[in-house]
Amino acid sequence: METVKEKQTETGTKSTIKISGAEAIIHCLLAEGVDLLYGYPGGAIMPVYDELYKFQDRLTHILTRHEQGATHAAQGYARVSGKVGVAMATSGPGATNLVTGLADAQIDSTPMVCITGQVPRHLLGSDAFQETDIIGISTPVTKWNYQITEAHEIPEILAKAFYIARSGRPGPVLIDITKNAQFDEFEFSYTKCKGVRSYVPVPKPNMGAIEAAATLINGAKKPLIVFGQGVIIGEAEEQLKALIEKSGTPAAWTILGLSALDTNHPLNVGMVGMHGNYAPNLLTNECDVLIAIGMRFDDRVTGDLERYAKQAKIIHFDIDPAEINKNVPTDVAVLGDAKATLELMLPLIKENKHEDWHNEFKEKYKLEFDTVIKNDIHPTKEGLTMGEVIEEINVASGRKAVIVTDVGQHQMFACRYAKFNQSKSNITSGGLGTMGFALPAAIGAKMGAMDREVVAIIGDGGYQMTIQELGIIFQHKVPVKIVVLNNNHLGMVRQWQELFFEKRYASTVMTNPDFVKIAEGYHITSKRVSERKDLKNTVQEMLASKDAFFLEVVVEQEDNVFPMIPSGAAVSDVRLK
Amino acid sequence: MEKQWFTISVYSENNVGLLNRISGIFLKRHINIESLNVSKSEIDNVSKFTIVVNTTEKWVHNIVGQMEKQIEVIKAFYHTDDETIYQESALFKIDSSLLFDERQIQNIIKDSNSQIVTVSRDFFVLAKSGRRSEIDEMHDQLKPFGIMQFVRSGRIAVSKDQMRITAILEEFQLQ
Repeated sequence: METVKEKQTETGTKSTIKISGAEAIIHCLLAEGVDLLYGYPGGAIMPVYDELYKFQDRLTHILTRHEQGATHAAQGYARVSGKVGVAMATSGPGATNLVTGLADAQIDSTPMVCITGQVPRHLLGSDAFQETDIIGISTPVTKWNYQITEAHEIPEILAKAFYIARSGRPGPVLIDITKNAQFDEFEFSYTKCKGVRSYVPVPKPNMGAIEAAATLINGAKKPLIVFGQGVIIGEAEEQLKALIEKSGTPAAWTILGLSALDTNHPLNVGMVGMHGNYAPNLLTNECDVLIAIGMRFDDRVTGDLERYAKQAKIIHFDIDPAEINKNVPTDVAVLGDAKATLELMLPLIKENKHEDWHNEFKEKYKLEFDTVIKNDIHPTKEGLTMGEVIEEINVASGRKAVIVTDVGQHQMFACRYAKFNQSKSNITSGGLGTMGFALPAAIGAKMGAMDREVVAIIGDGGYQMTIQELGIIFQHKVPVKIVVLNNNHLGMVRQWQELFFEKRYASTVMTNPDFVKIAEGYHITSKRVSERKDLKNTVQEMLASKDAFFLEVVVEQEDNVFPMIPSGAAVSDVRLK
Repeated sequence: MEKQWFTISVYSENNVGLLNRISGIFLKRHINIESLNVSKSEIDNVSKFTIVVNTTEKWVHNIVGQMEKQIEVIKAFYHTDDETIYQESALFKIDSSLLFDERQIQNIIKDSNSQIVTVSRDFFVLAKSGRRSEIDEMHDQLKPFGIMQFVRSGRIAVSKDQMRITAILEEFQLQ
């Protein structure tokens, strides 16, 4: 049979020619607006890589040094840009290496499409070389997954994959494609997916619920807003700000909600949760109406559920019906897209000030500042603190940088002290707590927002989990700034050992390599700071650099993050020391 | 909250892998599935899972929420036993000689409202549909005579109130 190959139109909908499944995959990606993807080649995905080679003028493939790095880079790209991140891998170990990133994207609602190669259909189930049941493995950690075994399925399934990944509450989708389906030819045509009959991505707003919410807010004496990433994903930042200002309600954020509201806003009262700020944690158990917007009452936010905001009426705005009453019983549930529901509610909200109530937050903040914050960001003791490094970055970046963090003490310090005046600026592994997330995620974030400064802040433990991705920075000249806060410990676990395991530091002391030399090995400009007098200048030098820059800051070995809600305690049991 | 029996009805697309997603929801929460039945439903090309669990209402509510979240699930419901009409089916394979030698067997067949599905020289097969307790009772009565094989199905159930699936599908058609 003769096959005609020619360039597809922009929409990629030409239907009279036959092309291979592998080429069809490229056209699907282009039709979905993908111009960048991360991945790693291998046997079962080689036909697609062959097409990527031919299409490299329109589609950039970044070779990561490990498939996990591909997922985190795709996540960083997605979180900063709001677009779908794409990662690609071969079958077997290539596919299984995606699992951590899938789980991370699932729990943090990040839109991502992963494409894996699979052994040819006739070998499925034969324990062929590099065969693994990635559909079975990835089912619990994907929003949707599907195995394509015939080429003609490719356009419809990939269209559905992108639709599902980005719509409603976003999440990761994995599409596994057998090698025969990549080789086989078929008549290609592409139509974007507009709906799936068994899937309701955005529930319709219910005016009755919105009115009930407004009535509770208008009648409240001590209202408190807690907002999460739903505000950022739904791009409801303006509506949130309008609600806060009109109703005079103090607003706190979950770790993933950070940057949705200017950190300097007078009604921004800080972070809730285990290492959040003193006032919003303590006063969660004193407010009379708790307005949760686009957040899911994670256990790190609520502490003991039996003692969480029991005195308050709870209003829960969320796009996902399964989150309603999952952890915290709700008095009024407002389902839908936060932007739409907040906009509908705003005209019903009465202007208010709640000055006395707001003053309670200010008093508690002063107590926290004097006991904790002052010593963290303006320390007088000899060793450098993580907090002062973050503060220097705030000053030098003018609060404009995207801050990408890993997991542990440095993450808590960064999220507590980093200042933002723009949304989609805080990229961190919140729900899964994936060490090794930050370096590849920062690379993805930089490529998703080339006009912005991207600073990765990483601990010495997590850094070594994905350190090999320095290779991307070198090969592709990605001008990302990397700050490793080195305390030669797995600091957060060490802190718990100090507080709850009588200082038995089991496997938390690290003997580290020379990080500066490693970065230099990748030809990245590198500096180490171990004295306070050098910090400001070096941070400024780093941010002034047009190229990638690696900065290791040697910090106090045994610092602790406070305030802290011990595991299983109530939010109001938050400890300042 | 007290544990009780719930029948979960899940209307879904008929796709490879969905059963894995559904059972994973129970696995993740360390909840045992007491019985599971998958069949076609009253609507063309829509499958129906009927799942029985013994758990608290809080958990069953959570589980149904997670099920509805699955892309290929159209709608899921849960009901208590009082709210459904439900049955199970069982097959008993028994030595044919007993049919002639043991008069009591004939009484059991008659009293239990079971049917003889087939009779061969070596064995005959009894089918019984009904409540779990009725099947268990019949099993207990036949056991002393020797049962060559026994199998019981998962629960199948219909709800007393309506399950509005057609309306959901029609609404999608109109979009």
